[in-house]
Amino acid sequence: MIQKPIELILMRQLASYLATPIMIADHERTLLYFNPTAEAILGRRFAETQEMRLEEWMQALPLYDEMGQFIPPEERPLPTVLRERRPVHRRLRLRGSAGDLRLIEATVLPLEGQGGRHLGGVIIFWELDQP
Amino acid sequence: MKVTLWGTRGSLAAAGPETVRYGGNTSCVEVRGDDGTVLVLDAGTGIRRLGGTLGSIASVDILLTHLHMDHLQGLGFFAPLYQPGLEVHIWGPPSSTLNLQQRLLRYLSPPLFPVRLRELPCRLTLHDVPLGRFRIGGLDLEADLVCHPGPTVGYRITAGETPVTYIPDHEPALGVQHFPSEPAWTSGFALARGAALLIHDAQYADEDYPRFVGWGHSAIRDVLAFARLAGVQRLMTFHHNPGYSDDDLDRLLEAARRTRPPFQILPGREGFTLEL
Amino acid sequence: MSGPAIELILMRQLASHLVMPIFVVDPEGNLLFYNEPAERLLGRRFDEAGPMPLAEWSTGFTQRDEAGATVRAEDLPLAVALREHRPAHRTLWITGDDGVARHLGITALPLEGAGGRHLGAVAFFWSLDERP
Repeated sequence: MIQKPIELILMRQLASYLATPIMIADHERTLLYFNPTAEAILGRRFAETQEMRLEEWMQALPLYDEMGQFIPPEERPLPTVLRERRPVHRRLRLRGSAGDLRLIEATVLPLEGQGGRHLGGVIIFWELDQP
Repeated sequence: MKVTLWGTRGSLAAAGPETVRYGGNTSCVEVRGDDGTVLVLDAGTGIRRLGGTLGSIASVDILLTHLHMDHLQGLGFFAPLYQPGLEVHIWGPPSSTLNLQQRLLRYLSPPLFPVRLRELPCRLTLHDVPLGRFRIGGLDLEADLVCHPGPTVGYRITAGETPVTYIPDHEPALGVQHFPSEPAWTSGFALARGAALLIHDAQYADEDYPRFVGWGHSAIRDVLAFARLAGVQRLMTFHHNPGYSDDDLDRLLEAARRTRPPFQILPGREGFTLEL
Repeated sequence: MSGPAIELILMRQLASHLVMPIFVVDPEGNLLFYNEPAERLLGRRFDEAGPMPLAEWSTGFTQRDEAGATVRAEDLPLAVALREHRPAHRTLWITGDDGVARHLGITALPLEGAGGRHLGAVAFFWSLDERP
Protein backbone atom coordinates (compact mmCIF):
# COMPACT_ATOMS: atom_id res chain seq x y z
CA MET A 1 0.00 0.00 0.00
CA ILE A 2 1.38 3.37 -1.02
CA GLN A 3 -0.13 5.21 1.89
CA LYS A 4 -1.93 4.28 5.06
CA PRO A 5 -5.55 5.37 5.50
CA ILE A 6 -5.99 8.75 7.17
CA GLU A 7 -7.49 7.16 10.27
CA LEU A 8 -4.37 5.10 10.87
CA ILE A 9 -2.17 8.11 10.21
CA LEU A 10 -4.08 10.19 12.76
CA MET A 11 -4.12 7.29 15.23
CA ARG A 12 -0.37 6.88 14.95
CA GLN A 13 0.22 10.59 15.37
CA LEU A 14 -2.01 10.65 18.42
CA ALA A 15 -0.34 7.57 19.88
CA SER A 16 3.08 9.17 19.45
CA TYR A 17 2.01 11.97 21.79
CA LEU A 18 0.19 9.98 24.45
CA ALA A 19 1.79 8.60 27.57
CA THR A 20 -0.51 5.58 27.53
CA PRO A 21 1.02 2.49 25.90
CA ILE A 22 -0.57 2.01 22.49
CA MET A 23 -0.11 -0.38 19.59
CA ILE A 24 -1.74 -0.18 16.18
CA ALA A 25 -2.39 -2.94 13.65
CA ASP A 26 -4.13 -2.87 10.30
CA HIS A 27 -6.86 -5.14 9.04
CA GLU A 28 -4.31 -7.14 7.07
CA ARG A 29 -2.78 -8.27 10.37
CA THR A 30 0.31 -6.14 10.21
CA LEU A 31 1.56 -4.55 13.39
CA LEU A 32 2.10 -0.99 12.28
CA TYR A 33 3.35 0.91 15.29
CA PHE A 34 3.78 1.02 19.05
CA ASN A 35 4.62 4.15 20.96
CA PRO A 36 7.57 4.83 23.28
CA THR A 37 5.55 4.11 26.41
CA ALA A 38 4.60 0.72 24.98
CA GLU A 39 8.24 0.04 24.23
CA ALA A 40 9.05 0.17 27.92
CA ILE A 41 6.57 -2.57 28.73
CA LEU A 42 7.26 -4.67 25.67
CA GLY A 43 11.01 -4.49 26.12
CA ARG A 44 11.46 -3.66 22.46
CA ARG A 45 11.92 -0.51 20.44
CA PHE A 46 9.72 0.04 17.43
CA ALA A 47 12.68 1.42 15.50
CA GLU A 48 14.21 -2.05 15.78
CA THR A 49 11.17 -4.20 15.11
CA GLN A 50 9.50 -1.96 12.51
CA GLU A 51 6.26 -3.16 10.97
CA MET A 52 5.82 -6.89 11.12
CA ARG A 53 3.25 -9.52 10.43
CA LEU A 54 1.04 -10.22 13.41
CA GLU A 55 1.96 -13.90 13.31
CA GLU A 56 5.60 -13.03 13.67
CA TRP A 57 4.83 -10.62 16.46
CA MET A 58 2.74 -13.13 18.36
CA GLN A 59 5.51 -15.66 18.13
CA ALA A 60 8.02 -13.14 19.44
CA LEU A 61 5.77 -12.06 22.29
CA PRO A 62 3.73 -14.91 23.73
CA LEU A 63 0.89 -13.97 26.06
CA TYR A 64 -0.52 -15.78 29.06
CA ASP A 65 -3.73 -15.51 30.97
CA GLU A 66 -3.84 -14.32 34.55
CA MET A 67 -3.09 -17.83 35.78
CA GLY A 68 -0.06 -18.06 33.55
CA GLN A 69 -1.57 -20.34 30.92
CA PHE A 70 -0.44 -19.72 27.35
CA ILE A 71 -3.03 -17.96 25.19
CA PRO A 72 -3.25 -19.43 21.67
CA PRO A 73 -2.61 -16.76 19.03
CA GLU A 74 -6.14 -16.56 17.64
CA GLU A 75 -7.57 -16.17 21.12
CA ARG A 76 -5.49 -13.13 21.86
CA PRO A 77 -7.39 -9.84 22.02
CA LEU A 78 -6.11 -8.27 18.80
CA PRO A 79 -6.88 -11.17 16.42
CA THR A 80 -10.29 -11.40 18.07
CA VAL A 81 -10.97 -7.72 17.42
CA LEU A 82 -9.76 -7.91 13.83
CA ARG A 83 -11.93 -10.93 13.22
CA GLU A 84 -15.07 -9.94 15.11
CA ARG A 85 -14.83 -6.15 14.89
CA ARG A 86 -15.86 -5.59 18.47
CA PRO A 87 -13.89 -4.31 21.48
CA VAL A 88 -12.15 -6.72 23.79
CA HIS A 89 -10.92 -6.08 27.31
CA ARG A 90 -8.77 -8.52 29.11
CA ARG A 91 -6.12 -8.99 31.74
CA LEU A 92 -3.14 -11.03 30.68
CA ARG A 93 0.49 -11.58 31.31
CA LEU A 94 3.58 -11.13 29.23
CA ARG A 95 7.16 -11.91 29.93
CA GLY A 96 9.29 -8.94 30.82
CA SER A 97 12.92 -8.50 29.89
CA ALA A 98 13.92 -10.06 33.20
CA GLY A 99 11.87 -13.16 32.41
CA ASP A 100 9.14 -12.40 34.93
CA LEU A 101 5.47 -12.61 34.00
CA ARG A 102 4.04 -9.10 34.19
CA LEU A 103 0.35 -8.48 34.60
CA ILE A 104 -1.22 -6.07 32.17
CA GLU A 105 -4.73 -5.01 31.27
CA ALA A 106 -5.54 -4.46 27.63
CA THR A 107 -8.36 -2.75 25.83
CA VAL A 108 -8.47 -3.38 22.12
CA LEU A 109 -10.78 -1.38 19.87
CA PRO A 110 -11.60 -1.89 16.22
CA LEU A 111 -10.92 1.04 13.95
CA GLU A 112 -13.91 1.43 11.64
CA GLY A 113 -13.94 4.20 9.10
CA GLN A 114 -16.55 5.78 6.91
CA GLY A 115 -18.05 3.73 4.14
CA GLY A 116 -17.75 0.44 6.00
CA ARG A 117 -13.98 0.48 5.95
CA HIS A 118 -12.44 -1.91 8.42
CA LEU A 119 -9.07 -0.37 9.12
CA GLY A 120 -7.58 -2.42 11.91
CA GLY A 121 -7.33 -2.23 15.66
CA VAL A 122 -5.73 -0.22 18.40
CA ILE A 123 -4.46 -1.75 21.62
CA ILE A 124 -4.27 0.34 24.75
CA PHE A 125 -2.61 -1.44 27.63
CA TRP A 126 -1.07 -0.69 30.96
CA GLU A 127 0.79 -2.55 33.58
CA LEU A 128 -1.09 -3.38 36.75
CA ASP A 129 0.65 -3.13 40.06
CA GLN A 130 1.80 -6.45 41.32
CA PRO A 131 -0.16 -7.43 44.46
CA MET B 1 -6.56 18.06 -20.03
CA LYS B 2 -7.11 21.75 -19.40
CA VAL B 3 -7.19 23.17 -15.89
CA THR B 4 -8.73 26.60 -15.21
CA LEU B 5 -8.90 28.33 -11.85
CA TRP B 6 -12.18 30.11 -11.09
CA GLY B 7 -11.67 30.69 -7.40
CA THR B 8 -8.48 30.38 -5.39
CA ARG B 9 -9.28 32.02 -2.10
CA GLY B 10 -9.80 30.07 1.09
CA SER B 11 -12.19 30.40 4.01
CA LEU B 12 -14.04 33.49 2.84
CA ALA B 13 -14.47 35.36 -0.40
CA ALA B 14 -12.21 38.38 -0.34
CA ALA B 15 -13.18 40.92 -2.94
CA GLY B 16 -11.37 44.23 -2.99
CA PRO B 17 -8.73 46.23 -4.81
CA GLU B 18 -5.99 44.50 -2.84
CA THR B 19 -6.99 41.04 -4.07
CA VAL B 20 -7.70 41.71 -7.73
CA ARG B 21 -4.68 39.89 -9.14
CA TYR B 22 -5.04 36.59 -7.32
CA GLY B 23 -8.77 36.97 -7.05
CA GLY B 24 -11.23 36.96 -4.20
CA ASN B 25 -13.54 34.08 -5.15
CA THR B 26 -13.37 30.93 -3.11
CA SER B 27 -12.32 27.51 -4.36
CA CYS B 28 -13.41 26.36 -7.77
CA VAL B 29 -11.34 24.65 -10.45
CA GLU B 30 -12.48 23.47 -13.87
CA VAL B 31 -10.92 20.43 -15.46
CA ARG B 32 -11.77 19.62 -19.07
CA GLY B 33 -10.77 16.37 -20.63
CA ASP B 34 -9.82 16.20 -24.28
CA ASP B 35 -13.00 14.18 -24.84
CA GLY B 36 -15.13 17.04 -23.54
CA THR B 37 -15.62 15.71 -20.02
CA VAL B 38 -16.21 18.63 -17.67
CA LEU B 39 -15.30 18.36 -14.01
CA VAL B 40 -15.83 21.15 -11.51
CA LEU B 41 -13.74 20.82 -8.39
CA ASP B 42 -15.54 22.48 -5.50
CA ALA B 43 -18.36 24.99 -5.63
CA GLY B 44 -16.95 28.07 -3.97
CA THR B 45 -18.07 31.47 -5.15
CA GLY B 46 -15.91 31.08 -8.26
CA ILE B 47 -18.39 28.57 -9.67
CA ARG B 48 -20.81 31.34 -10.54
CA ARG B 49 -18.65 32.76 -13.31
CA LEU B 50 -17.71 29.29 -14.53
CA GLY B 51 -21.38 28.50 -14.99
CA GLY B 52 -21.72 31.29 -17.50
CA THR B 53 -18.96 29.96 -19.74
CA LEU B 54 -19.81 26.29 -20.15
CA GLY B 55 -21.97 26.67 -23.23
CA SER B 56 -23.85 23.66 -24.43
CA ILE B 57 -22.66 20.61 -22.59
CA ALA B 58 -24.32 17.25 -22.16
CA SER B 59 -23.43 16.88 -18.51
CA VAL B 60 -21.29 18.26 -15.76
CA ASP B 61 -19.82 16.65 -12.64
CA ILE B 62 -19.18 18.73 -9.53
CA LEU B 63 -16.73 17.10 -7.16
CA LEU B 64 -16.79 18.54 -3.68
CA THR B 65 -13.78 17.97 -1.45
CA HIS B 66 -15.85 18.73 1.63
CA LEU B 67 -18.82 20.76 2.68
CA HIS B 68 -17.30 23.74 4.39
CA MET B 69 -19.06 26.86 3.22
CA ASP B 70 -16.19 28.26 1.18
CA HIS B 71 -16.34 25.15 -1.02
CA LEU B 72 -20.10 25.14 -1.33
CA GLN B 73 -21.36 28.67 -1.23
CA GLY B 74 -21.50 29.18 -4.99
CA LEU B 75 -23.44 26.02 -5.76
CA GLY B 76 -26.86 27.62 -5.73
CA PHE B 77 -25.68 30.16 -8.27
CA PHE B 78 -24.30 27.67 -10.77
CA ALA B 79 -26.32 28.31 -13.94
CA PRO B 80 -26.33 24.72 -15.28
CA LEU B 81 -28.43 23.68 -12.26
CA TYR B 82 -31.25 25.75 -13.73
CA GLN B 83 -31.04 24.26 -17.24
CA PRO B 84 -33.99 21.92 -17.65
CA GLY B 85 -32.90 18.41 -18.40
CA LEU B 86 -29.18 18.99 -18.12
CA GLU B 87 -27.47 16.08 -16.39
CA VAL B 88 -25.66 17.32 -13.28
CA HIS B 89 -23.80 15.05 -10.90
CA ILE B 90 -22.64 16.23 -7.50
CA TRP B 91 -20.10 14.14 -5.65
CA GLY B 92 -19.21 14.58 -2.02
CA PRO B 93 -17.23 12.83 0.72
CA PRO B 94 -19.08 9.93 2.34
CA SER B 95 -20.55 10.13 5.81
CA SER B 96 -21.78 7.29 7.95
CA THR B 97 -24.69 9.24 9.35
CA LEU B 98 -26.15 11.47 6.68
CA ASN B 99 -26.27 11.08 2.94
CA LEU B 100 -25.03 13.85 0.67
CA GLN B 101 -28.50 15.19 0.04
CA GLN B 102 -29.20 15.60 3.74
CA ARG B 103 -25.91 17.40 4.23
CA LEU B 104 -26.36 19.69 1.22
CA LEU B 105 -29.86 20.54 2.38
CA ARG B 106 -28.39 22.15 5.48
CA TYR B 107 -27.34 24.96 3.15
CA LEU B 108 -29.53 24.61 0.07
CA SER B 109 -32.81 25.13 1.80
CA PRO B 110 -34.61 27.97 3.58
CA PRO B 111 -33.75 29.98 5.55
CA LEU B 112 -30.18 29.84 4.27
CA PHE B 113 -31.08 29.56 0.59
CA PRO B 114 -34.44 30.14 -1.05
CA VAL B 115 -34.20 27.34 -3.64
CA ARG B 116 -34.54 23.72 -2.65
CA LEU B 117 -32.59 20.91 -4.31
CA ARG B 118 -35.78 19.23 -5.45
CA GLU B 119 -36.88 22.42 -7.20
CA LEU B 120 -33.87 22.50 -9.52
CA PRO B 121 -34.89 21.86 -13.13
CA CYS B 122 -31.72 19.98 -14.08
CA ARG B 123 -31.46 16.19 -13.85
CA LEU B 124 -29.56 16.09 -10.59
CA THR B 125 -27.84 13.01 -9.19
CA LEU B 126 -25.95 13.00 -5.92
CA HIS B 127 -23.13 10.56 -5.25
CA ASP B 128 -20.98 9.61 -2.31
CA VAL B 129 -17.47 9.72 -3.67
CA PRO B 130 -15.96 6.24 -3.68
CA LEU B 131 -12.71 6.17 -1.73
CA GLY B 132 -10.51 4.75 -4.43
CA ARG B 133 -10.56 4.77 -8.19
CA PHE B 134 -13.45 5.55 -10.48
CA ARG B 135 -14.00 7.01 -13.88
CA ILE B 136 -15.94 9.96 -15.26
CA GLY B 137 -16.04 10.18 -19.01
CA GLY B 138 -12.52 9.89 -20.33
CA LEU B 139 -10.88 10.78 -17.02
CA ASP B 140 -9.60 8.42 -14.36
CA LEU B 141 -10.15 9.65 -10.84
CA GLU B 142 -8.99 8.68 -7.42
CA ALA B 143 -10.34 10.08 -4.16
CA ASP B 144 -9.03 9.63 -0.65
CA LEU B 145 -9.62 11.17 2.76
CA VAL B 146 -7.06 13.73 3.82
CA CYS B 147 -6.10 15.46 7.04
CA HIS B 148 -8.62 18.27 7.57
CA PRO B 149 -11.40 18.75 10.13
CA GLY B 150 -14.43 16.76 9.07
CA PRO B 151 -14.67 14.27 6.23
CA THR B 152 -12.54 15.80 3.47
CA VAL B 153 -11.19 14.25 0.31
CA GLY B 154 -8.57 15.13 -2.22
CA TYR B 155 -8.81 14.17 -5.86
CA ARG B 156 -6.31 12.83 -8.36
CA ILE B 157 -7.46 13.17 -11.97
CA THR B 158 -5.54 11.42 -14.69
CA ALA B 159 -5.83 11.79 -18.42
CA GLY B 160 -3.60 9.29 -20.09
CA GLU B 161 -0.36 9.46 -18.15
CA THR B 162 -0.85 12.96 -16.74
CA PRO B 163 -2.11 13.21 -13.17
CA VAL B 164 -3.44 16.41 -11.63
CA THR B 165 -3.98 16.42 -7.88
CA TYR B 166 -6.33 18.76 -6.07
CA ILE B 167 -6.08 19.02 -2.28
CA PRO B 168 -7.29 22.51 -1.45
CA ASP B 169 -7.77 22.00 2.29
CA HIS B 170 -5.03 19.99 3.90
CA GLU B 171 -2.79 19.95 6.94
CA PRO B 172 -0.50 16.95 6.38
CA ALA B 173 1.97 18.17 9.00
CA LEU B 174 -0.57 18.07 11.83
CA GLY B 175 0.87 16.16 14.73
CA VAL B 176 4.00 15.18 12.83
CA GLN B 177 6.97 16.04 14.98
CA HIS B 178 9.42 16.18 12.09
CA PHE B 179 7.60 16.80 8.85
CA PRO B 180 7.73 15.21 6.41
CA SER B 181 8.01 11.69 7.71
CA GLU B 182 7.66 8.54 5.64
CA PRO B 183 5.47 8.76 2.53
CA ALA B 184 3.30 5.86 3.65
CA TRP B 185 2.41 7.81 6.80
CA THR B 186 1.77 11.15 5.09
CA SER B 187 -1.79 12.23 4.44
CA GLY B 188 -2.36 12.90 0.75
CA PHE B 189 0.82 11.29 -0.46
CA ALA B 190 -0.85 8.63 -2.59
CA LEU B 191 -2.94 11.26 -4.33
CA ALA B 192 -0.05 13.63 -4.97
CA ARG B 193 2.80 11.30 -5.87
CA GLY B 194 4.36 12.21 -9.17
CA ALA B 195 1.61 14.67 -10.06
CA ALA B 196 2.15 16.78 -13.14
CA LEU B 197 0.32 19.49 -11.22
CA LEU B 198 -0.48 19.63 -7.50
CA ILE B 199 -3.04 22.24 -6.50
CA HIS B 200 -2.60 22.49 -2.75
CA ASP B 201 -3.61 24.44 0.31
CA ALA B 202 -1.09 27.19 1.03
CA GLN B 203 -3.07 29.27 3.46
CA TYR B 204 -0.47 30.39 5.93
CA ALA B 205 2.83 32.17 5.95
CA ASP B 206 5.19 30.19 8.15
CA GLU B 207 5.11 32.78 10.92
CA ASP B 208 1.30 32.80 11.03
CA TYR B 209 0.76 29.04 11.14
CA PRO B 210 1.52 28.41 14.85
CA ARG B 211 -1.65 30.29 15.79
CA PHE B 212 -3.73 28.05 13.57
CA VAL B 213 -2.43 24.55 14.20
CA GLY B 214 -5.28 22.11 13.80
CA TRP B 215 -7.39 24.41 11.66
CA GLY B 216 -6.78 22.14 8.70
CA HIS B 217 -4.51 24.29 6.54
CA SER B 218 -0.85 24.39 5.71
CA ALA B 219 2.11 26.66 6.17
CA ILE B 220 4.04 27.37 2.98
CA ARG B 221 7.05 25.55 4.38
CA ASP B 222 5.01 22.38 4.85
CA VAL B 223 3.43 22.66 1.41
CA LEU B 224 6.87 22.81 -0.17
CA ALA B 225 8.02 19.83 1.88
CA PHE B 226 4.93 17.87 0.94
CA ALA B 227 5.36 18.64 -2.75
CA ARG B 228 9.00 17.63 -2.56
CA LEU B 229 8.12 14.37 -0.80
CA ALA B 230 5.51 13.59 -3.44
CA GLY B 231 7.87 14.35 -6.30
CA VAL B 232 5.46 16.62 -8.13
CA GLN B 233 6.39 18.48 -11.28
CA ARG B 234 4.44 21.63 -10.55
CA LEU B 235 2.98 23.05 -7.36
CA MET B 236 0.17 25.57 -7.59
CA THR B 237 -0.45 27.42 -4.35
CA PHE B 238 -4.12 27.64 -3.53
CA HIS B 239 -6.72 28.43 -0.88
CA HIS B 240 -5.10 31.76 -0.20
CA ASN B 241 -5.65 33.38 3.15
CA PRO B 242 -8.47 35.95 2.80
CA GLY B 243 -6.41 38.34 4.86
CA TYR B 244 -3.44 38.30 2.51
CA SER B 245 -3.26 40.92 -0.21
CA ASP B 246 -1.90 40.36 -3.68
CA ASP B 247 1.38 41.87 -2.56
CA ASP B 248 1.52 39.51 0.41
CA LEU B 249 0.97 36.55 -1.89
CA ASP B 250 3.64 37.77 -4.28
CA ARG B 251 6.09 37.90 -1.39
CA LEU B 252 5.17 34.41 -0.22
CA LEU B 253 5.54 33.07 -3.72
CA GLU B 254 8.90 34.75 -4.17
CA ALA B 255 10.13 33.39 -0.85
CA ALA B 256 8.98 29.92 -1.84
CA ARG B 257 10.80 30.14 -5.16
CA ARG B 258 13.99 31.24 -3.42
CA THR B 259 14.13 27.86 -1.70
CA ARG B 260 14.83 26.48 -5.18
CA PRO B 261 12.57 23.47 -5.02
CA PRO B 262 12.87 20.71 -7.61
CA PHE B 263 9.52 21.63 -9.12
CA GLN B 264 7.92 24.66 -10.68
CA ILE B 265 5.83 26.87 -8.40
CA LEU B 266 2.81 28.45 -10.05
CA PRO B 267 0.68 31.20 -8.53
CA GLY B 268 -2.89 30.15 -7.96
CA ARG B 269 -4.57 33.10 -9.66
CA GLU B 270 -8.17 33.31 -10.76
CA GLY B 271 -8.34 32.88 -14.51
CA PHE B 272 -5.08 30.94 -14.74
CA THR B 273 -5.28 28.18 -17.30
CA LEU B 274 -2.88 25.33 -17.84
CA GLU B 275 -2.97 22.76 -20.60
CA LEU B 276 -1.38 19.47 -19.66
CA MET C 1 1.09 28.91 21.61
CA SER C 2 -2.60 29.18 22.46
CA GLY C 3 -5.31 26.71 21.50
CA PRO C 4 -6.15 23.16 22.43
CA ALA C 5 -3.48 20.60 23.12
CA ILE C 6 -2.27 18.77 20.03
CA GLU C 7 -3.54 15.51 21.47
CA LEU C 8 -7.08 16.88 21.65
CA ILE C 9 -6.83 18.28 18.13
CA LEU C 10 -5.72 14.92 16.79
CA MET C 11 -8.34 13.07 18.84
CA ARG C 12 -11.08 15.29 17.50
CA GLN C 13 -9.98 14.83 13.92
CA LEU C 14 -9.69 11.10 14.35
CA ALA C 15 -13.14 11.02 15.91
CA SER C 16 -14.57 12.84 12.92
CA HIS C 17 -13.42 10.00 10.68
CA LEU C 18 -14.52 7.00 12.74
CA VAL C 19 -18.00 5.54 12.70
CA MET C 20 -18.38 4.63 16.35
CA PRO C 21 -19.80 7.34 18.56
CA ILE C 22 -17.03 9.16 20.38
CA PHE C 23 -17.08 11.72 23.17
CA VAL C 24 -14.08 13.78 24.25
CA VAL C 25 -14.05 15.51 27.64
CA ASP C 26 -11.57 17.76 29.42
CA PRO C 27 -10.02 16.94 32.80
CA GLU C 28 -13.09 18.38 34.56
CA GLY C 29 -15.42 16.21 32.53
CA ASN C 30 -16.73 19.05 30.39
CA LEU C 31 -17.78 17.68 27.02
CA LEU C 32 -15.44 19.16 24.44
CA PHE C 33 -16.60 17.35 21.35
CA TYR C 34 -18.67 14.48 20.08
CA ASN C 35 -18.75 13.17 16.55
CA GLU C 36 -21.67 12.73 14.17
CA PRO C 37 -22.43 9.14 15.18
CA ALA C 38 -22.55 10.34 18.80
CA GLU C 39 -25.15 12.94 17.85
CA ARG C 40 -27.65 10.11 17.43
CA LEU C 41 -27.10 9.09 21.05
CA LEU C 42 -27.69 12.52 22.42
CA GLY C 43 -30.30 13.45 19.88
CA ARG C 44 -28.55 16.75 19.37
CA ARG C 45 -25.98 17.99 16.94
CA PHE C 46 -22.72 19.10 18.51
CA ASP C 47 -22.93 22.31 16.52
CA GLU C 48 -26.18 23.10 18.30
CA ALA C 49 -25.18 21.89 21.75
CA GLY C 50 -21.57 22.99 21.90
CA PRO C 51 -19.22 22.16 24.77
CA MET C 52 -21.18 21.17 27.87
CA PRO C 53 -20.31 20.87 31.54
CA LEU C 54 -20.46 17.40 33.01
CA ALA C 55 -23.56 18.15 35.04
CA GLU C 56 -25.45 18.98 31.86
CA TRP C 57 -24.37 16.36 29.36
CA SER C 58 -24.46 13.48 31.83
CA THR C 59 -28.11 14.22 32.52
CA GLY C 60 -28.92 14.74 28.88
CA PHE C 61 -29.63 11.06 28.58
CA THR C 62 -30.62 8.35 31.02
CA GLN C 63 -28.33 5.42 31.60
CA ARG C 64 -29.30 2.15 33.19
CA ASP C 65 -27.32 -0.96 33.93
CA GLU C 66 -28.22 -4.46 32.78
CA ALA C 67 -30.60 -4.83 35.72
CA GLY C 68 -32.39 -1.60 34.86
CA ALA C 69 -31.01 0.44 37.73
CA THR C 70 -29.94 4.01 37.08
CA VAL C 71 -26.20 4.44 36.82
CA ARG C 72 -24.78 7.42 38.64
CA ALA C 73 -22.75 9.90 36.63
CA GLU C 74 -19.63 9.17 38.69
CA ASP C 75 -19.87 5.51 37.77
CA LEU C 76 -19.90 6.13 34.05
CA PRO C 77 -16.72 4.94 32.32
CA LEU C 78 -15.71 8.49 31.39
CA ALA C 79 -15.92 9.62 34.99
CA VAL C 80 -13.92 6.59 36.14
CA ALA C 81 -11.26 7.19 33.48
CA LEU C 82 -10.93 10.82 34.53
CA ARG C 83 -10.83 10.11 38.23
CA GLU C 84 -8.60 7.06 38.24
CA HIS C 85 -6.52 7.75 35.15
CA ARG C 86 -7.14 4.31 33.78
CA PRO C 87 -9.36 2.84 31.07
CA ALA C 88 -12.84 1.81 32.13
CA HIS C 89 -15.57 -0.10 30.36
CA ARG C 90 -19.06 -1.34 30.92
CA THR C 91 -22.32 -1.98 29.12
CA LEU C 92 -25.34 0.26 29.56
CA TRP C 93 -28.80 1.03 28.26
CA ILE C 94 -28.81 4.65 27.16
CA THR C 95 -31.87 6.67 26.21
CA GLY C 96 -31.22 9.94 24.43
CA ASP C 97 -33.45 12.84 23.47
CA ASP C 98 -35.14 10.70 20.84
CA GLY C 99 -36.53 8.38 23.53
CA VAL C 100 -34.92 5.29 22.03
CA ALA C 101 -33.17 2.96 24.46
CA ARG C 102 -29.92 1.64 23.04
CA HIS C 103 -27.83 -1.17 24.44
CA LEU C 104 -24.29 0.04 24.27
CA GLY C 105 -20.81 -0.90 25.29
CA ILE C 106 -18.64 1.97 26.41
CA THR C 107 -14.88 2.08 26.68
CA ALA C 108 -13.32 5.21 28.12
CA LEU C 109 -9.63 6.03 28.08
CA PRO C 110 -7.79 8.81 29.84
CA LEU C 111 -5.88 11.12 27.54
CA GLU C 112 -2.50 11.43 29.17
CA GLY C 113 0.12 13.47 27.46
CA ALA C 114 3.85 13.35 27.94
CA GLY C 115 5.14 15.00 31.07
CA GLY C 116 2.20 13.95 33.22
CA ARG C 117 -0.30 16.19 31.45
CA HIS C 118 -3.89 15.17 32.13
CA LEU C 119 -5.77 16.25 29.06
CA GLY C 120 -9.12 14.64 29.60
CA ALA C 121 -10.65 11.44 28.39
CA VAL C 122 -12.28 9.87 25.39
CA ALA C 123 -15.17 7.41 25.30
CA PHE C 124 -15.97 5.03 22.46
CA PHE C 125 -19.44 3.61 22.16
CA TRP C 126 -20.59 0.65 20.15
CA SER C 127 -23.93 -0.94 19.70
CA LEU C 128 -24.55 -4.31 21.26
CA ASP C 129 -27.74 -4.64 19.28
CA GLU C 130 -26.13 -4.43 15.86
CA ARG C 131 -23.06 -5.96 14.32
CA PRO C 132 -21.14 -4.55 11.34
